[in-house]
Amino acid sequence: MAVHSFQEHFDSLIDRDITIEPKDWMPDDYRKTLIRQISQHAHSEIVGMLPEGNWITRAPSLRRKAVLLAKVQDEAGHGLYLYSAAETLGITRDEMYNQLHSGKAKYSSIFNYPTLTWADMGAIGWLVDGAAIMNQVPLCRTSYGPYARAMVRVCKEESFHQRQGFEIMLTLAKGTEIQKKMAQDAFNRWWWPSIMMFGPPDAESPNTEQSVRWKIKRFTNDELRQKFVDVTVEQTKVLGLEMPDKDIKWNEARGHYDYGQINWEEFWNVVKGNGPCNKQRLDARRNAWDEGKWVRDAAMAHAEKRKARTAAVKAA
Amino acid sequence: MTNDKLNIIKNEWPLWEVFIRSKAGLDHKHAGSLHAPDAQMAIENARDVYTRRMEGVSIWVVESKHIQASDPGQSESMYDPASDKIYRHPTFYDLPDEVKYM
Repeated sequence: MAVHSFQEHFDSLIDRDITIEPKDWMPDDYRKTLIRQISQHAHSEIVGMLPEGNWITRAPSLRRKAVLLAKVQDEAGHGLYLYSAAETLGITRDEMYNQLHSGKAKYSSIFNYPTLTWADMGAIGWLVDGAAIMNQVPLCRTSYGPYARAMVRVCKEESFHQRQGFEIMLTLAKGTEIQKKMAQDAFNRWWWPSIMMFGPPDAESPNTEQSVRWKIKRFTNDELRQKFVDVTVEQTKVLGLEMPDKDIKWNEARGHYDYGQINWEEFWNVVKGNGPCNKQRLDARRNAWDEGKWVRDAAMAHAEKRKARTAAVKAA
Repeated sequence: MTNDKLNIIKNEWPLWEVFIRSKAGLDHKHAGSLHAPDAQMAIENARDVYTRRMEGVSIWVVESKHIQASDPGQSESMYDPASDKIYRHPTFYDLPDEVKYM
């Protein structure tokens, strides 16, 4: 097949909604886009454990502690599913780790915000996981097979993450005045970063069109953001909290809630590394990698010893 | 391949494919992959990564480099010959309605 017919074959698979698998021919840019997107997604899962790890030892009850541990363990698992999916495209695990640790690779900028109170565990589960799920559900039908399969697994597991967060918020919102204030404060701090999670507006998102064409993305950033705003406003009523955005208003003509101006300058600033916790997060990752070296070495040495022992038994 | 890349690969634990039997009586099915120093640790890691919610009762692991796969470029010659042999399916045969249990 000539190159253009490879391309035609690929396009026709995409047009017919037939999944692309690792050994199929794919355009270089499709491969590159996927490696970037999947590895960023994996990094986000791994770095995403850090803000919550902060609260495991200080969870208010054994139940909350067990739940938070399970959630953080899931996130490690999700990172691993995604790293494996990216590896099928020809990048190695260590290359991806290097990109994260050197600061070359990005991860979701939401994790560069600090977790100041226990209510932040509620707000993260409810809003951050809620926004992530909104983003991830359509990715279960993304055109690259290993990514889609990883996302199916992630989405199945993640639903509890959002529900436990909402439950924390609800408990606080129905609690004492101080608890309610704490919930509202967490909501206020996490709301804007959460709706920024969907990425820049469509007009300023140059890669969106191509990604939609390749069926990597099924919806644009603004479409998903709107969906998230619409459901969250309704959920906020159940909590009895106030939307942190005074411009939230039902728009009868659009059939959606209008929302206020997002501070994109802040978003780009955090993406560029100047958020409140960028340095802390990266340092924590690098330390974990460096200080875990002896564990990796010991496991390898153990494996070699075991192999030698088995070989000796066989020889005898 | 540059020396840097070789070094990175040399240090990496091998990649394993994980297959899980979800319950007794069913086949093992591919669940995903992971890195581990040897088969024993691959099984232990697979337990943590792929069966946190009772997804399995049995785990197989095989080092990814041992998997041989068919070439998607050969799909036509591999699978098309079967497409015009519909007489291999029971629905190809018209039988009178009176015939029962067949």
